[in-house]
Amino acid sequence: MCEAIQQIREFLLQKTVGIAGAGGLGSNCAVALARTGVGHLIIADFDVLEVTNLNRQYYFRHQLGIPKVWALKNNINKIDPSINVDAHPILLTAENIPDIFRHCDVLIEAFDKAEMKQMIIETALSQWPDRPLIAASGLAGWGKTEEITIKRFGNFVLAGDDVSETGPWNPPLGPRVAILAGIQANLALEFLLKDFAFKKV
Amino acid sequence: MKIILNHREETFDADTLSVADIIRLKKFTFRMLVTKVNGQVVKVDERDKVFVKDGDNVEVIHLISGG
Repeated sequence: MCEAIQQIREFLLQKTVGIAGAGGLGSNCAVALARTGVGHLIIADFDVLEVTNLNRQYYFRHQLGIPKVWALKNNINKIDPSINVDAHPILLTAENIPDIFRHCDVLIEAFDKAEMKQMIIETALSQWPDRPLIAASGLAGWGKTEEITIKRFGNFVLAGDDVSETGPWNPPLGPRVAILAGIQANLALEFLLKDFAFKKV
Repeated sequence: MKIILNHREETFDADTLSVADIIRLKKFTFRMLVTKVNGQVVKVDERDKVFVKDGDNVEVIHLISGG
């Protein structure tokens, strides 16, 4: 089994995944991809860590007040120092996305606000029509595990339950957010490992 | 005209309609939408300039907050 894991890691070492947002979706997705061995992660988010983020995001209490992308780079490199994390503590816009994510094999939409999701999906689909793009929509609350679906529009894939919007009385919680982040990471692997085959020894 | 809208066949009583018309006629009320025609993304500010004709494949994808 160790040999199998190692072969996957070697294949993924050359791959680059872009992650737009380092909140609940982005931080958990990045860690899952780093553990699997994706060699390069480009992560962008302008936010600093607040105590309310700790209910679902892959950070620790001593990191409060630090830009999330720095904290995430640190956490990933504590798991695996060989993963190259390109951290951008900036607000993503339709103008800077084409430059920041120009070298990605797969792009993950991991924003919080619907208007930001729309902005990056429009920007990415027009800039890179053939590049896999994985977004999430509908993840607030708890339970309703069976209601999570995956919709495919060519290389654009949207995961979520489509209806559970976050709001004052419908907060995002650790388990369901991490499930969606895990689904996004797993979909990314599906694209990244498309041409992978084990060399059985 | 007959089009495919979100993987289902739909008939409209017109030869051509803009993407904005289709959103209005089909009452897509979500605030944040991404639209595609024949696989090509149609941005928000292009929806009244891009026209759909018989046989086209239209996708209207709604997005809600949370992450």
